[in-house]
Amino acid sequence: MLTEHEIKEIEKEIALYPVKSAACIEALKIVQQHRGWVADEQIKDIAQLLDMSYEEVDGVATFYNMIFRKPVGRNVIYVCNSVTCYMMGYESIYQKLSQKLGIQWGETTSDGRFTLLPNPCLGDCDHAPAMMINSDHYNRLTPDKLDEILEKYK
Amino acid sequence: MITIYIDGKPYQVEEGENLLRTCIKLGIDIPYFCYHPALGSVGACRLCAVKRYRDANDKNGRIVMSCMEPVSDGMMVSVNDEEVKNFRAAIIESLMTNHPHDCPICDEGGECHLQDMVVKTGHTYRRFEFKKRTFKNQYLGPYIHHEMNRCIQCYRCVRFYTDYAGGKDFGVTGAHNKLYFGRFEDGPFESIFSGNLVEVCPTGVFTDKTLRSHYTRKWDLTHAPSICNQCSAGCNIIFGERYGQVRRVLNRYNEAVNGFFICDRGRFNYEYINNKDTRITQSYVLGNPADSATVLNTLRNVIATNKVAAIGSSNSSVEANYLLQQLVGKENFYADVVAEDWEVLKTIKSILESNTVKVLSIKDIEKAEGVIVLGEDIYQTSPRLALAIRQSIRNKPLRKAQKINLPAWHANAVKTFIGHDRGPLFVAHTEANWLDEISEKTFRKNTSEIEQFAQAIVDHLEGKTLPQDTAQEVKYIIDALTDCRSVAIVSGTCLKSKKIVELSAKIASLLQSRNIESGIYYVVPKSNSMGMAILAEQSMDKLFGSSTPENIILLEPDLVFTDAIKSMLASCKNIIVLHHSRTAITEMANILVATGTIAESEGTLINAEGRMQRYFSVMPPQENVVAAWKWLSSLLGNNTFDEILIKISSDIPLLRRITEVAPDASYRVNGMKIPRQTPRFSGRTSMLAHKNVHEPKPVDDKNSPLSFSMEGTQKNSELGLMSFYLMPGWHSVQATNKLLRELDQVLNARSAGIRIWNS
Amino acid sequence: MERPLTQNIKADGTYCTIDEYRRNGGYEAARKAVQEMESQQITQTVKDANLLGRGGAGFNTGMKWSFVNISNPNEQRYVIANGDEMEPGTFKDRLLLEGDPHQLIEGMIIAAKALKASQGFIFVRWAYKKAHQTIQKALDEAYQAGFLGKNIFGSNFSFDLHLHTSVGRYICGEETALINSLEGKRANPRAKPPFPQISGLFGKPTIVNNVETYCNIPHIIKNGPVWYKALSRSSEGGTKLYGVSGRVKNPGLWELPLGVTVRELLFDYAGGMQEGYKFRGLLPGGASTDFLVEEHLDTPMDFASVAKAGSRLGTGTMIVLDDQTCPVAFVHNLIRFFANESCGWCTPCREGLPWVEKILEKIERGEGTEKDIDILRFHTKYLAPGNTFCALAPGAMEPLQSALKYFIDDFNRHIHEKKCPWKK
Repeated sequence: MLTEHEIKEIEKEIALYPVKSAACIEALKIVQQHRGWVADEQIKDIAQLLDMSYEEVDGVATFYNMIFRKPVGRNVIYVCNSVTCYMMGYESIYQKLSQKLGIQWGETTSDGRFTLLPNPCLGDCDHAPAMMINSDHYNRLTPDKLDEILEKYK
Repeated sequence: MITIYIDGKPYQVEEGENLLRTCIKLGIDIPYFCYHPALGSVGACRLCAVKRYRDANDKNGRIVMSCMEPVSDGMMVSVNDEEVKNFRAAIIESLMTNHPHDCPICDEGGECHLQDMVVKTGHTYRRFEFKKRTFKNQYLGPYIHHEMNRCIQCYRCVRFYTDYAGGKDFGVTGAHNKLYFGRFEDGPFESIFSGNLVEVCPTGVFTDKTLRSHYTRKWDLTHAPSICNQCSAGCNIIFGERYGQVRRVLNRYNEAVNGFFICDRGRFNYEYINNKDTRITQSYVLGNPADSATVLNTLRNVIATNKVAAIGSSNSSVEANYLLQQLVGKENFYADVVAEDWEVLKTIKSILESNTVKVLSIKDIEKAEGVIVLGEDIYQTSPRLALAIRQSIRNKPLRKAQKINLPAWHANAVKTFIGHDRGPLFVAHTEANWLDEISEKTFRKNTSEIEQFAQAIVDHLEGKTLPQDTAQEVKYIIDALTDCRSVAIVSGTCLKSKKIVELSAKIASLLQSRNIESGIYYVVPKSNSMGMAILAEQSMDKLFGSSTPENIILLEPDLVFTDAIKSMLASCKNIIVLHHSRTAITEMANILVATGTIAESEGTLINAEGRMQRYFSVMPPQENVVAAWKWLSSLLGNNTFDEILIKISSDIPLLRRITEVAPDASYRVNGMKIPRQTPRFSGRTSMLAHKNVHEPKPVDDKNSPLSFSMEGTQKNSELGLMSFYLMPGWHSVQATNKLLRELDQVLNARSAGIRIWNS
Repeated sequence: MERPLTQNIKADGTYCTIDEYRRNGGYEAARKAVQEMESQQITQTVKDANLLGRGGAGFNTGMKWSFVNISNPNEQRYVIANGDEMEPGTFKDRLLLEGDPHQLIEGMIIAAKALKASQGFIFVRWAYKKAHQTIQKALDEAYQAGFLGKNIFGSNFSFDLHLHTSVGRYICGEETALINSLEGKRANPRAKPPFPQISGLFGKPTIVNNVETYCNIPHIIKNGPVWYKALSRSSEGGTKLYGVSGRVKNPGLWELPLGVTVRELLFDYAGGMQEGYKFRGLLPGGASTDFLVEEHLDTPMDFASVAKAGSRLGTGTMIVLDDQTCPVAFVHNLIRFFANESCGWCTPCREGLPWVEKILEKIERGEGTEKDIDILRFHTKYLAPGNTFCALAPGAMEPLQSALKYFIDDFNRHIHEKKCPWKK
């Protein structure tokens, strides 16, 4: 069941478009904002709300890499692994994070605190290497800066 | 007509089509996957690549996808250019990087479009040395098997299931090279058209589970053309058989009726033919097994000495019904229809006969701009028609697409441009039904309300004034329909209303008088209800009550076992039942005659629009079982099937052309019969070695120009005799597209059946 | 040197509010366009200015607009800003979105007037969170000031503009895929024809332009095409945001006349290579452009000149390859990106890119063979424009084909030495 709040937000989006199904991505975003990820149950709820089939909604959800169809940690780390960050050393950032948190790409720490994901170019190439944690953007990274940054996230 | 140049040669072709289809029709084989004549072009697979040249000086040309190129006057292309041939081979190589080497264990092998295209492009050596991606399969119900590793991502399945057939429980998930075509969760498909996936899928992702349960390679199957007997649409099918078992049903292309698709009832509902528990494999007289001679003698005695009544079957052939009627006399022959329904059926027949209104085919309805359905749940009573009505809602919006030069075959562009626009489809019925969702407006009314509704439409069209609210409701519909170039009125026997039937015809003719191409289609209950309407003169209700006969013959009764029937039969002295399967009625018979099913017999069925179509046996019936018509013919002078057709033709004016429905048994091509078996059929000498080590002589089919062997012509061009799809290089059902060439050139009315009423 | 695009960008990183924007002459061009100019006139002005699309394709913007039929007053039309900047190495639109969103909004208002469009969307990628905020604030300010909504500047022209933030996938940067994404669908591109100008968002006439492109529009309207063309060093009008990233002393983003040379950018602005690093080559316009090397340093960075040198101007943000970076690894990283971002619609891209990735990985590992190079070369021809459904795969092949041209020795070293010579 979607919450009243979620439904209201989705309906606001529906109003912008000539057809309900156009709000599909918005609906997924809204649900993920509230719950961290989108479970099967919510795919069905969204489908019913937007007069779409479960398969259509899931087809959209699984196409986009920022919609999570599996649970993620409370905080998601996105390390840019594109070419400039590669040249400027993202691999050492990843090594440090992986070592410190005890997880590899795609995994979540056992306490549910962090999920570590690669992400394509974050558009900060002149200050590479860069990463994001949730909505926060970090650049000019070096392995020694990471402890302090991670501290901020419970 | 315009001129295009293919590899230097000029061709006169029709405008408006895409280059791929044009080439197929010219007999120039360009390989393709994602294109489908019914689903249009999307340009995904890139296999249909050809070279296009700017002009005569352009020596290099550029690679374009023929399915997406509209033909234009003076266009210059090359199919055989070296570079583009290599490109096509590279596309196959790309697909093969992930396609598993499943051929030996894949059901599709031997009739696989992918196999054909791999061979056609000449790609052989695989350079890819890395791991292939794999998927888990889903349980998709009892009819369709899922094997995702084989997928080549042509997207045909989703386009058919969701776009074409309106199915809601199927889709594509994932991205890049991890695409998955399946359901949200495991479970049986909900759409009655899901079975078409096994033919639409060019590889072995979706295969027929029923075939799988008794699997045989395509080349080892014996096939024969038949007609589906599950409803009155009259879809054309092909049975596949081996070792005396029907193993699968395929769609048989018929331009006017079913095109490329049939419904799941016709495709998967054949196991009754093989069911050892319910098949009647032996005749019985007074409870004792009896051989043919005994049965015939007993019957002759009963008929000679007594008055015998007979109830025909709306699911049996014209020939069997006719012969039974001859046997007992017209006055003693009854339709297997109760009075209430019989009245409606007769009304339908007389309307169609009157030539006052055009009788539409399913294809006509698919092409109509406006459709109104009065009092039928089409998805239940004639699914293939419902599928066609679904396509019709695109037609009026397509006019807009023409304005921007957007051809109808440009599938996704049309879908986008049309958006949620749809042509006027109005549905008035007593229950919620599948067409409601795509209708412009749906009306939930009871039967008399629908009658009034239809009357109001007629009144309005005749210029009469109506009460305010009725007028509004009706005006809206009429405005919508009169803005159409063509309109189809669809109704039927469902609500048992003569009025609705009559008014439907009236609406059609009133619209026609306004120069709108209009016509009518009546859905009737069974595969030969129309045949029954033509042959019989009275309803079986006349047999109930005081006029119960002493002796009664029932032909393959497909009756609801009501109390009325039960008590009528209980008071008969001799109950003679000719049937292939045990039912409550066969249990009451004291003379039980074992008949062959539709797969073991030949005959003519007349569908809802009065189209006579011929079915042929795929296997001879087993010992002691004989086709119903043959039993009856033996009692009447032992005529051959063709002789019976000649009799029917001269006896029954409406059925005058029944002899033209298919070539007769003497028909040969270059002196040869048409084989039911492919040239690759194997095992003939050893199949029955456990019974008899001598090679069995192929059964001689005296009733048709088909043979029960592989010997025969490879050059059959009669669609009505088409047993299997096999052309050089085309082993799968896509070979139908090769046939399109023939169809366009030889639009043989006979191939699509013969209409009794042409208007 | 005039720098119209970045004149309002503040050093402290905060965005230029509507008051600040108007103080600097902002929304004057929009007023002129809405109150004084005819729609066709606006389009012609933009065409005359020779503003080439800044998203990478370099098509004359005014000409693109002219293909929209604006004769039917009752038809819905849309203008869309493509802010899905995800091309590796590209970071120019982010500056404009975070620093001066009103410039974009004003450009879109003018475009909407030119195209008689009543609705618009700013499509911004997921990662640009700061830009989401600044754009939303700017939209609210613009609505409040009456520059968006009904009867703008008291005329009968109304325009609604909304922010849409995406959920990933580089392919959304392709205009027809973006349109599909706005429609809430999977972002497969569409076949052209029909072009978005005829059948775009929800089947209606639509223009999609890059953020930077729209940002040029107010200046063109305010100061005219002659002024605009004079800003450039070539016949292609205007200034351009150029970027440099990699092992240079001073990576960054600068607004410069269109047509500065590679050398100027690399040495004068980016300060040349860092100590201990030598220049080997660069991709002039983001990941999907061909390498330029030493011999090309004097190439002007305009669309025609870069094309003549065998590459593409693309987004104008250069990625510099230094001598301490393995070219095979460089290309491998790029191909991995493209393979992951393939939408999966057409065969060559979907199946070809992962194969190329696997081969590059194999070569990088030291297990490559001559045959592998053949297969790579084969793919650079196979994944050509027209062979695939859109330009993603052909773009992916650009760095590969030029790497095979200029750095083939490095590839061969991997094969013969059976290891990556750059790995410590």
